[in-house]
Amino acid sequence: MEPEAMPRPAALIDRQGLQALIDALADEGYRVLGPMRRDDAIVYDDLAGIDELPAGWTERQEAGRYRLERRDDAALFGYAVGPHSWKRFLHPPVETLWTAHRDEHGLTFRAPEPAEERFAFLGVRACELHAIAIQDRVFLDGPYVDAGYAARRREAFIVAVNCGEAGGTCFCVSMQTGPRAEAGFDLALTELLDAERHDFLVEVGSAAGAALLERLPHRPAGEADREAAATVVARTASRMGRRLETDGLKALLQDNPEHPRWDDVAERCLTCGNCTMACPTCFCTTVEDHSDLSGTSAERVRQWDSCFTLDFSYLHAGSVRQTPRGRYRQWMTHKLASWIDQFGTSGCVGCGRCITWCPVGIDITEEAAAIRATAPDWRDD
Amino acid sequence: MSMATTDRPAPGAAPFVPQAYRVDEVTRVLADTVTLTLAPLEGPRPDFRPGQFNMLWAFGVGEVAISISDGEAAGSFVHTVRAVGAVSRALAELEVGARLGLRGPFGRGWPLAEARGSDVVVIAGGLGLAPLRPAIQALLANRQDYGRLVILVGARSPEALLYRDDLAAWAQRPDVEVQVTVDHAGADWPGRVGVVPGLVEPAAFDADDCVALVCGPEVMMRFTVAALRRAGVPAERIQVSMERNMKCAIGWCGHCQFGPDFVCKDGPVMRYDTIADRFAIPEV
Ligand SMILES: Cc1cc2nc3c(=O)[nH]c(=O)nc-3n(C[C@H](O)[C@H](O)[C@H](O)COP(=O)(O)OP(=O)(O)OC[C@H]3O[C@@H](n4cnc5c(N)ncnc54)[C@H](O)[C@@H]3O)c2cc1C
Ligand code: SF4
Ligand code: SF4
Ligand code: FES
Repeated sequence: MEPEAMPRPAALIDRQGLQALIDALADEGYRVLGPMRRDDAIVYDDLAGIDELPAGWTERQEAGRYRLERRDDAALFGYAVGPHSWKRFLHPPVETLWTAHRDEHGLTFRAPEPAEERFAFLGVRACELHAIAIQDRVFLDGPYVDAGYAARRREAFIVAVNCGEAGGTCFCVSMQTGPRAEAGFDLALTELLDAERHDFLVEVGSAAGAALLERLPHRPAGEADREAAATVVARTASRMGRRLETDGLKALLQDNPEHPRWDDVAERCLTCGNCTMACPTCFCTTVEDHSDLSGTSAERVRQWDSCFTLDFSYLHAGSVRQTPRGRYRQWMTHKLASWIDQFGTSGCVGCGRCITWCPVGIDITEEAAAIRATAPDWRDD
Repeated sequence: MSMATTDRPAPGAAPFVPQAYRVDEVTRVLADTVTLTLAPLEGPRPDFRPGQFNMLWAFGVGEVAISISDGEAAGSFVHTVRAVGAVSRALAELEVGARLGLRGPFGRGWPLAEARGSDVVVIAGGLGLAPLRPAIQALLANRQDYGRLVILVGARSPEALLYRDDLAAWAQRPDVEVQVTVDHAGADWPGRVGVVPGLVEPAAFDADDCVALVCGPEVMMRFTVAALRRAGVPAERIQVSMERNMKCAIGWCGHCQFGPDFVCKDGPVMRYDTIADRFAIPEV
């Protein structure tokens, strides 16, 4: 799945071809996961057929607001991103790390075998491909490797979808993470839908993708099809709901830990942690121990955690980050600045989830802009 | 002393999974503090560097970061644990023969090789002496490689002074200067009363050519670093050992972040000039 020069091999499939894609993946032993409408949101879950896709639905997203709406067409991928991200499968919210048993002879620890599960993700957006690549750096680039994550990641088959609709809180163009899927997929689809047709341009991103395409009824894609797909992506790029100036942003935040805007946002932030749960790159976890009543076995479980809790930075003398100000500053400075020191990339892919799912509508792009507008001074990177 | 030459252990296949250890010895060192000698149930004890720490797991209670506090125990790890909460209390209550889990060693230790040829100033507050004791032992084992060796130690009270036998033995040596102070003491305390940073100015070392190793509560370290800087010690020759909440010790849980650094893998020992920009900022 390494980046390669354009143009990639491409083909056309129709909706039957898309069903065949799901069937072929299932046939190859993948657990196919994709978007579907549930509880008034578009979520990712087990997908058996194209009938379950959110045909004809889109969403209206604004700071603190998400509402599904009917489209005036039958687009299967005519939405942006919902509350779920693929991290719930690759980096699960709850995971048993090991179990321990003790008896009179000793104490033994057993790590569960890495799950055999092979995921196929259908409908991965460009920003989400980048988010996966960012979590890869956390869990695979050492000094230690997360074996469970590595196994899930290695086995995963990724079908990307180029965005045909920008969400109201999207800013992937600013983060240079979309809306076009450039790398990190096996196949990438662009939905081509008008009065005459409902097709998908399929680009091949890997040998596994090429092999799978061979199993599907497909036609060669012509120059006109490629152009139609390019038009879809260009239109989406021109309709970003948000914008974030990234020039010098790292230094701006790292040089202004005492900016009054942190007090301002702290007055609004509930420290609920929704933003961190929804964010596709946030990776923090905590651990919990359980033991049986007889005291012979115990297990250690890892769970998603949030830097917005008081416990997160707890030391016996008291938490390091006592105030919402300190915690919001930690989150945003990590996302947009120290992440670059740590992993060589921003921790934000511009998906907009933290803006949409914040109960009080705090907007990371607006906070960054406010600091920039009024920062006394900061070095030029 | 068997100590590895690299800062980090080889990445294990399952770095979250502890090894089983047995408590071989328990010594009560202070009212609320014990020193545990821990031997692996299987295989050799891994090598470590002074300043590194292990994650100790008390059965069914939890896991916490504890510094390695003795470099001269062949075949076992020695840890000094203060009972402050659920896990540390469970550890401090372990009896000889009890089993526990241990992962490590982790983190960046004291850069003793870089101090060769220079004076070394070791400054400890309270339990901060625990991760410094293996460093002092290593310095003494290769005494001729270093210039003057100054050890400045502070505690809340005389009763809270750690490793009194070691302090006395070190003070006996003609080639070591040991200064001890306590915050509060009764009339029967013959020694000094005052805070550790106050020991820096009168101590005899070459500020232009020394390395300072500092560990203690964060406030104590802030004042100590300030005193060292006032004495003329360059920021890049001051090493501090940081403390943050730790849930993994391997760079994944995010809890130990201190600005761009993960204390578990970029620390706990950090060169002061690399953190000076945020050392005094609250809540980083
Ligand atoms: C690198 C490092 C070295 C340490 N070396 C020693 C040592 O040699 N001896 C010693 O007694 N203590 C040491 N500590 C502190 C020790 O880890 C805490 O005292 C211990 O975690 C408290 O846990 P608890 O469950 O007993 O207390 P609680 O107060 O109940 O803590 C609850 C949880 O908060 C976290 N926590 C609380 N305090 C700390 C803390 N100070 N540091 C990190 N996490 C904390 C832990 O995850 C703990 O499980 C060290 C800490 C670090 C980071
Ligand atoms: S910080 Fe917000 S916009 Fe950026 S990747 Fe996370 S959820 Fe998406
Ligand atoms: S920014 Fe919003 S979503 Fe995030 S913790 Fe604060 S209130 Fe919750
Ligand atoms: S302790 Fe988990 S990242 Fe450092």
